[in-house]
Amino acid sequence: MRKKNKIMKMALGIDYEEFEEDGISFNYEKLMEKASYPLEKIRAIQSETKVGNTPLFELRNINKAVRALSSPGKGARIFLKDEAANASGSFKARRASVSVFHAQEKGYKGVVAATSGNYGAAVASQANMRNLKSIIVQEVFDSRGYGQPEILEKGRKCETYGAEVIQLTVGPELFYVFLKVLEETGYFNASLYTPFAIAGIETLGYEIAEQLQKSEGKYPDAVVITNAGGGNVTGTARGLIKAGSTNTKIIGTSVDLKGLHMASDRDFNRKSFTTGHTGFGVPFTTQPDRADVPRNAARTLRYIDRYVTISQGEVFYITEALSQLEGIERGPAGNISLAAAFSIAQEMREDEIIVVQETEYTGAGKHVTAQMTFAREENGIEVKKGNPEEQIPGKNIVIPESPALIKVKELDLNELRTSYIQKQVSGTEIDKLSERELKFLANETKSSVNFIKEVLLNLK
Amino acid sequence: MNLIKKGSWVQIEKIVLKVGERADNIPEETKNVPLKLFQKGYLQADAQIGEKVTIRTIIGRNIEGELIAENPKYSHDFGRPIPEFLSVAKEFRELAKYKEGN
Repeated sequence: MRKKNKIMKMALGIDYEEFEEDGISFNYEKLMEKASYPLEKIRAIQSETKVGNTPLFELRNINKAVRALSSPGKGARIFLKDEAANASGSFKARRASVSVFHAQEKGYKGVVAATSGNYGAAVASQANMRNLKSIIVQEVFDSRGYGQPEILEKGRKCETYGAEVIQLTVGPELFYVFLKVLEETGYFNASLYTPFAIAGIETLGYEIAEQLQKSEGKYPDAVVITNAGGGNVTGTARGLIKAGSTNTKIIGTSVDLKGLHMASDRDFNRKSFTTGHTGFGVPFTTQPDRADVPRNAARTLRYIDRYVTISQGEVFYITEALSQLEGIERGPAGNISLAAAFSIAQEMREDEIIVVQETEYTGAGKHVTAQMTFAREENGIEVKKGNPEEQIPGKNIVIPESPALIKVKELDLNELRTSYIQKQVSGTEIDKLSERELKFLANETKSSVNFIKEVLLNLK
Repeated sequence: MNLIKKGSWVQIEKIVLKVGERADNIPEETKNVPLKLFQKGYLQADAQIGEKVTIRTIIGRNIEGELIAENPKYSHDFGRPIPEFLSVAKEFRELAKYKEGN
């Protein structure tokens, strides 16, 4: 453990001790301010490496279907931020750009990231532009040797960008391989969860507020954000606030993968989404510091107003709608928030605007057809048309029979807040928590000291 | 068996953790199999499949492992067209048309 902290300190150049306060609390805003760069500087960094200023457009044909399904006066317009236009094809370029810039500034020879997702390609692509070496550590294969097609594609993309790719079979011990690589190379840890990574996403929220203000004369009424490790929600929400869009409702969403174990060799290839799902989203929301840094800068509960889930079949369905009706082929993982927005827009007023804040590139392995074929033919998953209510993750994928059947499910935020508080105070004496610690918990959960006291009373 | 020439682009495999060395807090089915690693690089000496070799990765690090393939093909693809999805646009457009008709 001590060795781990030593390696981390060397590989990040951040002393997290500096931000610790009494007991369970730490100074989050100070961490974000002192261990990163101001927004204007980040915009300049990103403009050097083909990141940002992605288009925001209205989904006119999909919005006709939203209106058709809504009761009179309802049916908000959906706008989409086309993040696939970033170098390497996803919003993860924003996240990688600042880390890689910082690594270059501090004289590191290379960067390392542990990721099976788009982030690997983003790090490798940014490293190329900054003339650094990159190593990406991925979890790819089950013990049969079957690689998840989406992750195989990301491995290919990393190789194309000249990264050294280390591919592993299923298991959380990937982290030890990652630590060993950091120790052996002395490279920078381009973790997804540092202040650099989160600050890099702030420009995304900021651009949405600016672009919408310019084209529609208003800030978004709601923004839907796919939630896994929490960075996407945290960074986007912080950027919106910095732009003055403070009344925007922040809605997190994940694909429902209930019942599948993330470290299971058997379940690994029974899911068609490798990220953006509840298997990451829920545990990271209630326990953000389970990350690869001492304090995770991604803290979902600080910003989220609502958290909904959607099924795999519904996301695949809306992905096809996006190409067949809007003429752009993206995702599918980047369209989780689009599926959720299609449902939520029907509850909102027709003069309101809901923004889907990302897309991602698609291709061999990632594409709906690749994932559905892999599920059906290699993993015995039943694919059928029907009502998504009937979905059982790992057993079937239910494609909605009609757009009317796309419906989000609510997660109880207070339950998640309670679970977070429970984990934070476990091992401490509840009666001895200081005012500062209570205030910290309230800030961490976007609630009040009274709410915290109530929860603690019930925990005793 | 074919000899693979020094300098060829190859893939190696090695066992990082054997069964019995795996983390405690993971499901049984994961605990019962080894944690394996796969990596690619330039072969440092002529060798045959199955031999213990050293490779030099694209960024210049030397790694040892068992030689398993010479320049393996990218195997992922687009799969098959999914018939259930061919009618998506129609399903959306019918909704909108019905509404306009009213």
